[in-house]
Amino acid sequence: MSHRTFFFVVLGLVLVSLGLTKAIENEYYFFAGYVILQYIVLATAWNILGGFTGYVNFGSAGFFAAGAYTTVAVVKWVDLPLLALIPLSGIVCGLIGLATGYLTLRLRGVYFAIATLALAIVLETIIANWEHVGGAAGAFVIRPKEVMFFDSYVEFLFWTMSLLAAIAVFAARYIQHSRFGRGLAAIRDDEGVAESMGVPTLKLKLMSTTISGALMGLAGAPFVYYVTYIDPPSAFNLEYAVNAVAMPMIGGPTSWLGPVIGAVLLGGAQQIATVTISSELNLLIVGIMLVVFVIVAPDGIVGLVRRLFSKDPRA
Amino acid sequence: MQQRRIFGGTRRFFFGAMLAAFALVSIGPAVQAEDDPIRIGFGMALTGALAGAGKAALISIEIWRDDINAAGGLLGRPVELVFYDDQTNPAKVPGIYTKLINIDRVDLIVSGYGSATITPAIPIAMNYDMVFMSLFGLASNEEFGYDRYFQILPAGPEPRIEWSRGFFEVAMRADPKPTTVALVGADAEFPRNALIGARANAEAAGLEIVYDETYPPTTVDFSPVIRKIQSVNPDVVYVASYPPDSAGIVRSVTELGLEAKLFGGGMVGVQFASLMEALGPQLNGIVNYDFWVPEPTLNFPGINAFLEKYQAIAEDAGVDPLGYYLPPFAYANMQILAEAVEATGGLDQDQIADYIRSNEFETVVGDVSFGANGEWAKSRMLMVQYQGIEDQSLEQFTEAGTRVVLYPEDWQSGKLIAPYSDAK
Amino acid sequence: MLGGFYASVALGLTLVFGLLNIVNIAHPAFVVLGSFLVYAANAQWGVDPIAMGVILTPLFFLLGMATYSVYHASFEKRDNESLRGLAFFFGLMFIIEVGLILQYGVDYRLVNAPYIGKVINLGSVTLPLRMLVPFCVALVMALGIFLFLSRTYLGRAIRAVAQDQLALQLVAADPVRIKRIAFGIAIATACVAGALLIVINPVEPAAGRVYIGRIFAIVVLGGMGSVRGTVAAAIVLGIVESVTSTIYSPSWAPAVAFGFLLFALAVRPAGLLRR
Repeated sequence: MSHRTFFFVVLGLVLVSLGLTKAIENEYYFFAGYVILQYIVLATAWNILGGFTGYVNFGSAGFFAAGAYTTVAVVKWVDLPLLALIPLSGIVCGLIGLATGYLTLRLRGVYFAIATLALAIVLETIIANWEHVGGAAGAFVIRPKEVMFFDSYVEFLFWTMSLLAAIAVFAARYIQHSRFGRGLAAIRDDEGVAESMGVPTLKLKLMSTTISGALMGLAGAPFVYYVTYIDPPSAFNLEYAVNAVAMPMIGGPTSWLGPVIGAVLLGGAQQIATVTISSELNLLIVGIMLVVFVIVAPDGIVGLVRRLFSKDPRA
Repeated sequence: MQQRRIFGGTRRFFFGAMLAAFALVSIGPAVQAEDDPIRIGFGMALTGALAGAGKAALISIEIWRDDINAAGGLLGRPVELVFYDDQTNPAKVPGIYTKLINIDRVDLIVSGYGSATITPAIPIAMNYDMVFMSLFGLASNEEFGYDRYFQILPAGPEPRIEWSRGFFEVAMRADPKPTTVALVGADAEFPRNALIGARANAEAAGLEIVYDETYPPTTVDFSPVIRKIQSVNPDVVYVASYPPDSAGIVRSVTELGLEAKLFGGGMVGVQFASLMEALGPQLNGIVNYDFWVPEPTLNFPGINAFLEKYQAIAEDAGVDPLGYYLPPFAYANMQILAEAVEATGGLDQDQIADYIRSNEFETVVGDVSFGANGEWAKSRMLMVQYQGIEDQSLEQFTEAGTRVVLYPEDWQSGKLIAPYSDAK
Repeated sequence: MLGGFYASVALGLTLVFGLLNIVNIAHPAFVVLGSFLVYAANAQWGVDPIAMGVILTPLFFLLGMATYSVYHASFEKRDNESLRGLAFFFGLMFIIEVGLILQYGVDYRLVNAPYIGKVINLGSVTLPLRMLVPFCVALVMALGIFLFLSRTYLGRAIRAVAQDQLALQLVAADPVRIKRIAFGIAIATACVAGALLIVINPVEPAAGRVYIGRIFAIVVLGGMGSVRGTVAAAIVLGIVESVTSTIYSPSWAPAVAFGFLLFALAVRPAGLLRR
């Protein structure tokens, strides 16, 4: 599929989701769907750095929260509509990503992973002490009652997130098949060799941390409107860091499709587990699912399918 | 199941998968029984940071359900609970409540435990005009001002202030009068709010604030904090902390020998059996907030019967074996809702809300009436002092006199021993 | 003081992560598991927590060996990068947590021991035994591991595995067996660390998560796999946190500590003490 066709497919899906908001009455589906879409964005974002480039970011929760708190900070200062806030969050988190890239230029492998973890903790401490955004006491952001065109704000949030998911997936697919993506893959396979072959590793890594960070920020931006109340422990929840890593792993980290599948499967399973099993067992299921998947399907579902049908290696 | 039919043919697999997931969800846990029970829905922290309290609350609500069903049900219909684990994660809450309302079609909703998971549910309740009984949300409704929100925490219309008012009232009764105060608390939602109130109360009492810091919730060693406080030598030390840090602070204070007239205030956790048992005599002299203690002044009708049932279950369930802190309030919350439903003779949310707003309720935690923002009309935050604790047995805490009520006067059951170092 | 405890947790990770290059993110969960078993023994029979921690080490050693066997069979054998192991250990962490919740509930647990609540005075400084005892135990343990790695045949073999598996195979040693033993030892240290943890602070099933960041930071700061470096880094981190909370404000302690880590990584990526 060419980028052009794919663009229209993705655009079509966004329109479908717009239609869904009109066709479905039951708001629960939008709440649940929002969460899954949010994980598609987050997992895809993680994968651009983690899957394509091979740099494991443990600090996804930090970027996610930075996105969410950018919204809070701006809203507490000047009242802008959400659609204007989202790009701001993207820019802020992109800059944080760029800064992370610079700061950790010399680090490889596990060192990089630990550095991102440390970064998330530093960010959390800063937020917890920043009174403008509520500090550790948390902040309220009230959802507007009315929103143009949509029946309720939740439908609007759902649609917004599907738009962001479309952007993220399109970007990931575009990157994967571009020169840029091949450069990243070369870094993943062997950074030293890539360097000596004339791949501008430094520049590519910086671009990749920036894009990945920005997309994570996008995923976090509408979060405050979803929960209406935000405090550092919920925004920096370990769950986001874990899921951002686990979803691409389950889906298959080398392809743009992997995180999408992983997010739908694991995110969906979590949603269902939340409302069916409702006990500590649902944490257990996520745990077991992770263990089983990485043992049985080490290259994720995409890898598994590819092995079974191995005809088009580029999928 | 309409949705499934409409979108059965969506060709993209992830939407398919998503819908399949939803379809599974919508089958739901329980099918409507023939005797048509009244269904009450809520999310509760059964895992995660607040799971200990959440589980105790769940047990209490289940006791209430069994009690009311044994007495013939609500409006003559049996009561059924529909609840999900919110994992102490606010992000789960909106989904849970929309599912409860839209798919499980529950008749009534109540909240989970704690502000962080209560607040995200309020806009949902507002959206569907449902009465929302809240279990220990600290000032959650301040921003929303929802008139069908009722909160059982006895902190009154100004929860932040009331939380520590008693502490400072008691402090100013000490002789000689204290002049300086140190404030310390965790970097988290409740402690930060409590400190805001404490600051206001300290200023109102004319105390000079000589130390005012927060520490991160992950702090392990409190010696540096306590040493710093010792170096400024305050008369009164107000602490707002969560259970693990409460234990750490109490231990550090005992070890380092804090000299203060009054110590305590807003420590969460020292009311819990596990901590009381482990800390034992180290608690002596601490003046701290509480909601209910087994003192003669607080012997409300029904409380002992409830606690007996609760305590019989609690040990095995791995939750607080005494259950003085939260469980009676979880039960009382349901009592209020039930009385309003019975009195209005139906499930009209409008009438139920009106009834709760305008009546006084006799519950296991005493008489309750609601005022502004759905908080108690008048605060009943207790200040108790731990006295005469000899060892680490749990039984002593079931007797009156180990935690005497100092404030408010209406409920007072003993005298302050000051300074703090003497009471030890 | 606190550094000693950090060191005890980080030690096991140094072996696993630093030397064997296995990203065992479930290590703190093993520590908490140790805490709970110690708690159970203490509540039941009143056994001294630290003694119990030591008694349980053989059990944890076996547990560690078993974990490694699964890990090896599923990942290393198939020549998979440590990245996938990460997801595996995340899963394992959840499984341990849930197991603890099912068994003990979610309440905080504490232990009793004669030295809890006592202090000793060294000149003008008052030291709580609650902190001092774990500190000493941690140092003894670190010394033990250090001597083991540098003096015994097996210890040297473990260090050799970290550097060159092939060479080791040439001298007819089985790297898998050696790694399994190393992993077992690491988990055994987690058990002692668990005992120390519950002496210092109350513990609940998910308490381990808090330490993930700190101990990984310590291992990296310590130069990956160096016992001396780990102890030094742990103590430095402990001191940085304490000093920040005393002099400036406790709420900035983690930011300063991790900022220090970021800075150290940027300036000296190989850790404080080079291996």
